Amino acid sequence: MIGLSHYMILSGLLFSIGLIGVLRRKNLLMLFFATEIMLNAANIAFAAASHYYGDLSGQMFAFFVIAVAASEVAVGLGLLIVLYKKNGSLDLDNLTVMKG
Amino acid sequence: MENLVYIALFAPLVGSLFAALFAMTPKNLITAFVTSGLLFVSWVASSSLLMYVMDHGTISVNMMEWIAAGNLTIDFGFQVDAITAVMMVVVTTVSTVVHVYSIGYMEHDKGFNRFFSYLSAFVFSMMILVMSDNFAGLFIGWEGVGVCSWLLIGFWYHKADVSTDVNPSISPSWAANEAFIVNRIADLAMLIGIFLIYWNVGSLNYDVFFAAIPSLENSLLVSIGIALFIGAMGKSAQFPLHTWLADAMEGPTPVSALIHAATMVTAGVYLVVRANPLYAEIPNVSLFIAYLGTFVAIFAASMALVNRDLKRIIAYSTLSQLGYMFAAAGLGAYWVALFHLAAHAFFKALLFLGAGNVMHAMHDELDIFKMGGLKKAMRGTYLYMGLASLALAGIFPLAGFFSKDTILEVAFNEHTYIIWFVLWITAGLTAFYSFRQVFLTFDGDERYKKETDAHPHEVQNFVLVAMAPLAILAIIFGFFMNPFKEFATTILPAYEMSEHTHHIAWILIIVTTLIAVSGIVLAYKKYANGLVRDEKMENSFIYKLLQNQYYIPKFYMEFIAKPYKEISDILWNKVDMKVVDATVDGIAKIIYFTGDKSRKMQTGNLSDYLNWMGVGAMLLIVITALSMSLS
Repeated sequence: MIGLSHYMILSGLLFSIGLIGVLRRKNLLMLFFATEIMLNAANIAFAAASHYYGDLSGQMFAFFVIAVAASEVAVGLGLLIVLYKKNGSLDLDNLTVMKG
Repeated sequence: MENLVYIALFAPLVGSLFAALFAMTPKNLITAFVTSGLLFVSWVASSSLLMYVMDHGTISVNMMEWIAAGNLTIDFGFQVDAITAVMMVVVTTVSTVVHVYSIGYMEHDKGFNRFFSYLSAFVFSMMILVMSDNFAGLFIGWEGVGVCSWLLIGFWYHKADVSTDVNPSISPSWAANEAFIVNRIADLAMLIGIFLIYWNVGSLNYDVFFAAIPSLENSLLVSIGIALFIGAMGKSAQFPLHTWLADAMEGPTPVSALIHAATMVTAGVYLVVRANPLYAEIPNVSLFIAYLGTFVAIFAASMALVNRDLKRIIAYSTLSQLGYMFAAAGLGAYWVALFHLAAHAFFKALLFLGAGNVMHAMHDELDIFKMGGLKKAMRGTYLYMGLASLALAGIFPLAGFFSKDTILEVAFNEHTYIIWFVLWITAGLTAFYSFRQVFLTFDGDERYKKETDAHPHEVQNFVLVAMAPLAILAIIFGFFMNPFKEFATTILPAYEMSEHTHHIAWILIIVTTLIAVSGIVLAYKKYANGLVRDEKMENSFIYKLLQNQYYIPKFYMEFIAKPYKEISDILWNKVDMKVVDATVDGIAKIIYFTGDKSRKMQTGNLSDYLNWMGVGAMLLIVITALSMSLS
């Protein structure tokens, strides 16, 4: 029987994958993907908890997250395209312009 | 009537603020006219208040609630009773004259407008001091006059130390600081007295305090009385806090006339007179006040005997006369003290203003050994100064005769024959040094022709006219003694001489007049026909002792100021630099160092930032988890 804890473990795993992606990847596009994975890991946790407690507000929150993620991607991809046109690359190591 | 109180009080403030607007601009006669005019208005208001108080008794005005915190309520309240009315009229009279006089005296000064602003501010503070109906208001005025005195003594703050052969080398700013600091010492005691009153009575109002006196313990009253009197000692320059007054002569002469002769220095006497219900309850303290006053009277007079500085001689005589006032107040004859205060204000201000004229004529030369024969050039000033000196010496029928003689009678009446004898001797010394000064300045050979390059000339006519009211008052004020007594004793305890004293009063008058006249005659013999310097006497120990002011300033310098400076140096070098500053600098250095090290985190690479963010987030999670598991 699949219970709440299974969903939570899945969610945690997905979040960790996303986090590692954010920390290790050097391509900005990949960073975006990793962020999406983390957001959706949270969504899974929300939906599972909502079902477990019989409370719909968790699922509603998941919808909000999806909406926010969609608009974020829309804006973010636009910025990425501009950045690519300017630099011809999305590699983070080539984008170091500010140094302390 | 309420409006008159406000007009009398605030007219000088308005004048001061108006003049302050022009403080930074070159001389503008309008400031002088406005401030003098407003002071005249204040004088008119004060005089009408005096008339009103004579007929209807005390006026009380409560302007507003000032401090209300918990149980502490202090109102801005003013009361005009007999004492206050007399003080107000004296203050406004002298200050109006001094304002008009200053128009001539400060004619060529760069700080002309500033001077008038300060002078009016002083009058305003003095009015608060005498009009307040509680100790808090009195203290505000007390500090206000202290600040204005500081500003005015140091008016020529840019002047450097000037060493002359008569004065110790001091600068106006040094003298101003000395006056201010000495007064701070006394004010601390005064504050303690005020706190004691508040703790034990719960109010600072005069009437409430005086009403509560019978229910207070005697020891407490003694400590309050002593604390308040120490405050009075500072302001009125009584021994051992007297050194500042002579040095305060560095200020402009109108300031010396107004502040250091007629008004501010008498504030201490005013305080004792005002607190007469308190001092009546503590006869031992009162007697101490009387003895101290007597001591200061002869002490200061002895220093005036040998001094060569025109203004310092008058300053010492002020000190001596303040001693007379304290002697009278200490013996319980409060109205006599107040009467002498008023009479002294008039003739001493006149004397100072005359000295200012001489100074002007001699191009700021103050050494009377270098003057002589000035009466030809300065007939009006000679007349005024001679008159004022006669009044100071206590010659009938001038103001000083009545007031000083009454003080001597009081001393006799109280059977304190030591006080009487010392004051009697002092009367002789007073006559001698006043006329030594007059004769050396105005009579004899014209030494200034050899010693200086001055061309003495009389001051402008309006200045002489402005001084006339003081001269008239110095002549006629004595005849108002009986009305004054009647008026003052509506508030103050009536002091009556015993039958015995009444009988022999005329003997006392003759004896006193005799010593005063012999003092004058001696001065005439010695100095009127020119100065013959007696080397042997001038090198004698006593002469040197007197000329060096009993070495008290030197003593203070060596045993108080210098050790204080050394301790300060140690504290500065050892404690402040090595502990306090080092700690503060250390904190700054740590922050600078860590900042320098952590600067390298800022690589500009987004990936590194994200890693740092991950580390931070992990750290937060760990802390949260730890704190949750612990709680």
